[in-house]
Amino acid sequence: MRVLFLGYGNPGRQDDGLGPAFIEELEKEGLPGVAAGSDYQLTVEDAAAVAQSEVVVFVDASFEGERAFDFRPLEAGSSISFTSHRMAPEELLALAKNLFAARPKAYLLTIRGYEFSGFGEGLSSQAQMNLNAALNFVKDWLLSQGVQVAEAEDKGALQSKKAANL
Amino acid sequence: MSQAESLGEQRLAIEPVTRVEGHGKVTIILDGNRRVKQTRLHIVEFRGFERFIQGRPYWEVPVLVQRLCGICPVSHHLAAAKAMDCIVGVDRLTPTAEKVRRLMHYGQIFQSHALHFFHLVSPDLLMGFDADPSVRNIIGVAKKYPDLALQGVMMRKFGQEIIKATAGKKIHGTGAVPGGVNKNLSLAERDVFLKDIDKMVEWSLAAVKIARDYTMEHLKELEPFGTFESNHLSLVRSDGALDLYDGGLRAVDARGAKIFDQVACPKYCDYLAEEVRPWSYMKFPFIKALGPEGGWYRVGPLARLNTCDFIDTPLAEKERQVFKELTGGAPNNMSMAYHWARMVEILHAAEKMRELLHDPDLQGTELVLKGARRSEAVGLIEAPRGTLIHHYRVNSDDQVAMANLIVSTTHNNEPMNRAVAQVAEHFLSAAALNEGLLNRVEVVIRAYDPCLSCATHAAGGMSLQIDLVDEKGMVLDSIAR
Repeated sequence: MRVLFLGYGNPGRQDDGLGPAFIEELEKEGLPGVAAGSDYQLTVEDAAAVAQSEVVVFVDASFEGERAFDFRPLEAGSSISFTSHRMAPEELLALAKNLFAARPKAYLLTIRGYEFSGFGEGLSSQAQMNLNAALNFVKDWLLSQGVQVAEAEDKGALQSKKAANL
Repeated sequence: MSQAESLGEQRLAIEPVTRVEGHGKVTIILDGNRRVKQTRLHIVEFRGFERFIQGRPYWEVPVLVQRLCGICPVSHHLAAAKAMDCIVGVDRLTPTAEKVRRLMHYGQIFQSHALHFFHLVSPDLLMGFDADPSVRNIIGVAKKYPDLALQGVMMRKFGQEIIKATAGKKIHGTGAVPGGVNKNLSLAERDVFLKDIDKMVEWSLAAVKIARDYTMEHLKELEPFGTFESNHLSLVRSDGALDLYDGGLRAVDARGAKIFDQVACPKYCDYLAEEVRPWSYMKFPFIKALGPEGGWYRVGPLARLNTCDFIDTPLAEKERQVFKELTGGAPNNMSMAYHWARMVEILHAAEKMRELLHDPDLQGTELVLKGARRSEAVGLIEAPRGTLIHHYRVNSDDQVAMANLIVSTTHNNEPMNRAVAQVAEHFLSAAALNEGLLNRVEVVIRAYDPCLSCATHAAGGMSLQIDLVDEKGMVLDSIAR
């Protein structure tokens, strides 16, 4: 199963970088069958990558909510966003459908953040804890979807193999 | 949207402007007769980056400045690198280094213009200003014109891949370093691009035709739509050719007479100054010799076609001549002509990339030079949105001691405000208020392709807010979407 994780946000705006930070941690896991990418925002050309995947998980920070993270399915749709350089993930799914006839299963993972107002890299401590919780959830979820998740002692071997292939 | 009356005036705000980067707000103040009294484009995001960067080592700057903007980081990367070239005493790069940077830059121009036109503007041009918002968006375009939408996506992707190959990564690229570049373009990388470059040129030509035909077919409607005389500013090459990467500063007035020409980058502050106004965090640059009232100017694609004498790629030059025919060779002062000019530039960028991809210098191995260290430098470049200025001082501990950045959108601050005022006066004073009319105000702002800030992107943030406030600043009504 081809699974794509797309994280987005501004790493220079503290917890707004939760999406890219999550992708960075996910990539360290070296999970086979899982592709990952991150950027400041979703843009139209991401529709091509989305179209090539069977499952897509969008990862973003959230301003609100009581829980550490939220995970919900997504459907394609058009929405009126105040800026279309920040495409909503639903719009990206709609583009993948209309331009590439692709309908991957899609989910949105939002991780609760708290510090957004200043310039700075690095997550707040609570946001980091929320990211860790979200990562553990995702690993369990991937297992339930039949994606192999390596144990800690195997991870080193997987990462060495990945490095050797670069 | 709802309105309330107070003291005979109503303030109608559109916040934030849809389909523009970052955060912005338009405030329209109507008088008691429902005529537009005043309009303002507010910049609501406080930047502070020039302070943030002080104290950092100068060699970090070309990478660090990319945090400024998630939309056009490469422009800041290259402008900062050009400044740092001077800091390390390099006035002329190796042929390989300059051409790798130029390829990166043309890739940036190409993808940015493609994204702006196909994604931000085409819903208005193809679906109509009064189309229902549910279809007046990129998805509506994809359903009705799937081939065109697909071309836009693939053109954007091509440009992004050029950036990745030259900068090392699509975001936070490190390709440009003080004194040169840290990688060339391999033959394998080149060959991947050569497969599709002819198609990119062909699609760019088709895009020029769309913009040109739309402008000519709607000339009467577009002429009063944010059309006013202005000065124009850009870099030009020493022979007067359009040059998006390097050159001297040229300013012309509304009739095309030169105000100044071939001003070297370090001298920009002898010719340009910035005015601060209390209601915006963004400054208002102007030509010093003409003062703030008469010295404001436009930058970007329209200005560049108005200031240059010719374009050195054949297909784009032919289109530039058609563009100039409309105004009998004089500068074009129509805000909506930005779209046509932008597509001429996308064609030029495609031709330039094709030319460079056949240049063996891109595979050269001399990448970096070094000279005598300097303490102050200016890097200028023509970013997709207009002239971008990076000015730095570096102390003896190799730390940035001063940074002054004038981004493209700042130069266009006054013209954007005037465009909003003109459209609002023309369309809002006598007619009933509805989304289509309000969208015309936003349409003219989008013509300038402004980038308003390095915004946050988290989910759950307010996507659209309209505030109605009275002249004392009291919020009378508010709508959130």
